[in-house]
Amino acid sequence: MALQAKLLRFSLALNRNLHKTVVCNKRHLSEKASSNPKASVSTENTDHVLYTEEHFALKASLRKIIDQEINPYVDKWEEEGQFPAHKIFKILGNAGFLGVNKPVEYGGLGLDFSYSLAVAEELGNINCGGIPMAIGVQSDMATPALARFGSAELKREFLQPTIMGDIVVCLGVSETGAGSDVASIKTKAVRKGDEFVINGGKMWTTNGTQADWMCLLANTSDGPPHKNKSLICLPMNLPGVHIARKIDKIGMRSSDTAEVFFDDVRVPCKNVIGQEGMGFTYQMLQFQEERLWGVANILTTMEKVVQETINYTRQRKIFNQPILHHQVVHFRLAELQTEIELLRSLLHRATALYIKGNDVTKLASMAKLKAGRLARELGDSCLQYWGGMGFTSDVLVSRFYRDSRLMSIGAGADEVMLSIICKYMDTLPKK
Amino acid sequence: MSGRVLVGVKRVIDYAVKIRVKPDHTGVVTDGVKHSMNPFCEIAVEEAVKLKEKKLIKEVVAVSCGPQQVQETIRTALAMGADRGIHVEVSGKDYETLGPLQVSKILAALAKKEQADLIILGKQAIDDDCNQTGQMTAALLDWPQGTFASEVTLDADKLKVVREIDGGLETIKIKMPAVVTADLRLNTPRYATLPNIMKAKKKKIANVKPADLGVDVSSRLEVLKVDEPPQRQAGVKVETVDDLVGKLKEAGRI
Repeated sequence: MALQAKLLRFSLALNRNLHKTVVCNKRHLSEKASSNPKASVSTENTDHVLYTEEHFALKASLRKIIDQEINPYVDKWEEEGQFPAHKIFKILGNAGFLGVNKPVEYGGLGLDFSYSLAVAEELGNINCGGIPMAIGVQSDMATPALARFGSAELKREFLQPTIMGDIVVCLGVSETGAGSDVASIKTKAVRKGDEFVINGGKMWTTNGTQADWMCLLANTSDGPPHKNKSLICLPMNLPGVHIARKIDKIGMRSSDTAEVFFDDVRVPCKNVIGQEGMGFTYQMLQFQEERLWGVANILTTMEKVVQETINYTRQRKIFNQPILHHQVVHFRLAELQTEIELLRSLLHRATALYIKGNDVTKLASMAKLKAGRLARELGDSCLQYWGGMGFTSDVLVSRFYRDSRLMSIGAGADEVMLSIICKYMDTLPKK
Repeated sequence: MSGRVLVGVKRVIDYAVKIRVKPDHTGVVTDGVKHSMNPFCEIAVEEAVKLKEKKLIKEVVAVSCGPQQVQETIRTALAMGADRGIHVEVSGKDYETLGPLQVSKILAALAKKEQADLIILGKQAIDDDCNQTGQMTAALLDWPQGTFASEVTLDADKLKVVREIDGGLETIKIKMPAVVTADLRLNTPRYATLPNIMKAKKKKIANVKPADLGVDVSSRLEVLKVDEPPQRQAGVKVETVDDLVGKLKEAGRI
């Protein structure tokens, strides 16, 4: 009898505790998934060179969305080769994260680019590269020219719903025959009355299979290749727009990348952004923000990979001690972390100058160049320390290894960055 | 009826952080560790903001007790929709020993000063798990209380509160002014949107000291030692019930 009573009381107490912890875990679904809780962040709060209290409040809010609406599903979406863009963009749009530096009249927040970068950095906490890249296209890569140079009518029709997250946008610049050499694209938009008739195609279009519209760069006249192009807002549901295929890539697998063809697609002439013929220039301007954004994003992810590698090597033992205790390992990680901090300083410096209105093409190109190369080095070194586990698909480091390889290729290959830097250093051979 | 709701928000170590005991065993490590708003306090803020959106109440005031850093927590509440904040300054040794009794005295004094109709708190904080502040505040004010609320409905000056209790759910009707403490299933807190985060910058946070409210924050409790929970030991497998009873007798359990 006494035993039964004691057991009953014990199990009641146990249930109460279990109830409490189970209840807590239910709410925070990604408690296990959100790996390492902060060691480095909180100390930076007060004296940050670029970020204020608002930036940090913004990051914390975005982090919640990532932890609850995105990270729990990343593995599934990577396997499926696609993430639900409309759903995720609507959640982000509602919370105001898609139009941070866009005009207030169209639903944006009218803040400066440092806020967009804070968003980019925070998105690096997503456990893959594909989704931040897709979000970046929606928020900062396909829209800067429209926001700056587009007509009020175009902004109402395309910019506003994009900022709200109601429609998905993609960027149509690269083609099968022209990537680095943007000036040599072949897609033509021929004027017929008050319409353009578009023929040609685009390649490597992120969000391409889910997009409602495309920010398209096309040749709109015969003239010198840097002066004959225009940016056009192209609805993707127009007759003649064919999504030829979704490209199967080694990384960024949760981001759908499309090859698109245009077969006599008719679009009103008023859909041209800003001045006809200025498209190439506008696109080059768009690239600066795109490049800085990419650097900000990958910095957070690189740090995460280093931290996860520390965690793994601390508990994994070889020859009777943790892998981390071997000097080559902790020294190498220190080298990598040093390079991360250097790159971060360059990024913040370029951003500080940019928001004051300076042209930061040289610094942005340097940052992008370094980011691509560091990501490759880092991915490779860290993966090595994971041993066999690093070679499996179940770990973050192998996904990072695949995803980050794109950094040296997309948004301006390393070699293009080098050419730009040489131009500013005045070391290019004169024509 | 002033239509004013006071919401208490506590700054605690973030739920995802691995807690470490200080080497001197006087407490846990808090320096450089990520802090956020207590999850149950978030739910409390959300409920208050919802009531305001339904136009059932007029003003939501977020209150927090602690050092300078709690202003971050108050700002988060403002970004979620609270109208203004009150920062009760408590720091140093006083903050280390601040507990439910002192906080409820502070909240009671503020409720009278602000002529609040309703106080909404989280049912407990995830750092100390006390689950006392709401109840003590109600007792000090001699107000009705609806604790572990999973549903709150306001009707003129009465509140219908559905409470989560061990046996299931209990529904009570209480008269305002009252104290409600929020349980997990009361609502799902909204994400602080960027526009609201920026708007929160302009909302006011008033500073006040416990002495101004006539509250003595000295503690009647002394923490002797803080330890990590003992490592879980391996169990022992037995073949029969007799063996089990035998082993329990050996271990002095029965």
